[in-house]
Amino acid sequence: MIDPTAPDFWPQLFATLWKATGETLYQVGVTALLTLLLGLAIGTLLVITDRGGILESPFGSLAAGRGINLVLQAVVNLGRSIPFIILMIALIPFTRLILGTAFGVTAAIVPLTVAAVPFFARIVEMSLREVATGLVEAGQSLGASRWQLVSKVIIPEAVPGLLLGFTTTVVSVISYSAIVGVIGGGGLGDVAIRYGHQRYSVIHIVAVIVILVALVAVIQLIGSRLAKRLSHR
Amino acid sequence: MISIDHVSKTFGSGPSAVRAVDDVSLDVAGGEIFGVVGSSGAGKSTLIRLINLLERPDAGTVTVAGTELTALAPAELRTARHDIGMIFQQFNLLSSRTVRGNVELALEVTGVAARDRSARASEILDLVGLTGKAAAYPAQLSGGQKQRVGIARALAGRPRVLLSDEATSALDPETTSSILELLRSLRDELGLTILLITHEMDVVKRICDSAALMRDGRILEQGSLPALLGTPGSLLARELFPLGALPPERGTTIIEITFSGLSSERPVVAQLARTHGIDVGLLGAAIETIGGVQTGRTRLELPGTEARHAAAIADLRAQGLLVDVVRSAA
Repeated sequence: MIDPTAPDFWPQLFATLWKATGETLYQVGVTALLTLLLGLAIGTLLVITDRGGILESPFGSLAAGRGINLVLQAVVNLGRSIPFIILMIALIPFTRLILGTAFGVTAAIVPLTVAAVPFFARIVEMSLREVATGLVEAGQSLGASRWQLVSKVIIPEAVPGLLLGFTTTVVSVISYSAIVGVIGGGGLGDVAIRYGHQRYSVIHIVAVIVILVALVAVIQLIGSRLAKRLSHR
Repeated sequence: MISIDHVSKTFGSGPSAVRAVDDVSLDVAGGEIFGVVGSSGAGKSTLIRLINLLERPDAGTVTVAGTELTALAPAELRTARHDIGMIFQQFNLLSSRTVRGNVELALEVTGVAARDRSARASEILDLVGLTGKAAAYPAQLSGGQKQRVGIARALAGRPRVLLSDEATSALDPETTSSILELLRSLRDELGLTILLITHEMDVVKRICDSAALMRDGRILEQGSLPALLGTPGSLLARELFPLGALPPERGTTIIEITFSGLSSERPVVAQLARTHGIDVGLLGAAIETIGGVQTGRTRLELPGTEARHAAAIADLRAQGLLVDVVRSAA
């Protein structure tokens, strides 16, 4: 039991929260970056390898395009259908394989990324499908290559939607990152469990909630503002 | 400049297949404005997309500026497309880029250096009358201005051919006029060859040198406007100068006279009345100035049977007028 009247209670609380917030930001930051890159790549491939897409037949093979599309669809569906807490446990051997350990602040990035990438890839897919086919046609008529169509036409036109979707993804990653506290993933979730749950400190719980709410609010605000500013529709 | 040879395109397969373009051959001479007209669903949109191979034909060949596009590998085709600009009904401008950015896209794609891109974009924006709009976003422009950006983008890379896919169909009549004027002056200044598709006969009358009529995926007629107007029974001439429905049968003969050039100045009706003593009724007339020449059709009603007026009709034909006997009293 923690005694809030103890003289070192408040300094200790701040030190604990400060460290935990840093860990959460680090986890969420690295996960967000990896998710941005991988999700964007997979989401884009989902759209362009689809029937009628600009990469419908890579290397001149329609079958290859169908194959890539079906595999990616299956991977994304699989990733999205497993609850995070189960995915996290199931990935322990995989995490150990690539990082040497399955526990700790850094190790938690693996399950977080594996969960967030399919989520964001689906959002990327939806955003890119919103881009009018006429714009792609205009790019093609100018003689643009497939890479130029993706990098100069399709993705730039989808930026506002992508940004909002990315914000939603980051907010989800924040909530997932609290769950990884259960398996020793550190961060704010770890504080909530060790101090709040196991040692009955309501103050710790409330503090963690306040920080998480503030974090989400700030990220959502930045995402929405930026999306609005970059939209010229 | 553009030559399409026995080109076909079918969408779908089995019983639901649609033959959008059916064995079409077309020739567009260098420097001319060629219009393909037809109602929606006639296959015009597919046809124009077959020219820069946005759609690949099932059969036939497409040759532009001496290069057979249908024989090219993908990378070569992309290079060939730099020589073929295209503008669209819905403009298809990137909302994420400014006017300048949209024009420069055409130059980025061809690998033009940044400094040259900027200079060329300014130059072409001046040419289409958008000086001072370079920093605006498409959403801030009117429809006519958007189409000017589309034209600037299509011409930034100095193509020899411009394809226009219903470029004025989303614009009001006044803006349509200004865009058509712009296209004509660009053709004159840059020596462009323009192929446009439209469902508006007015567009053909105003800027086309030649035209083709398309229906159910087939080209029914094609040729220069004067030649088409000089062809007996030309469907295109009828659509260009509509005279409405025929009156009910009432024991009279109805003739239609198509004229272009000097013949319109001849007092045809008065002449029939005076020289041949015929009581001529005027049922309809559609007359316009095409390329500085008075062109049109008139529908006249003559009493009695055709036989009675054989001499008069022969007289008109002898003067170089195109006379169609549409109906003769029994």
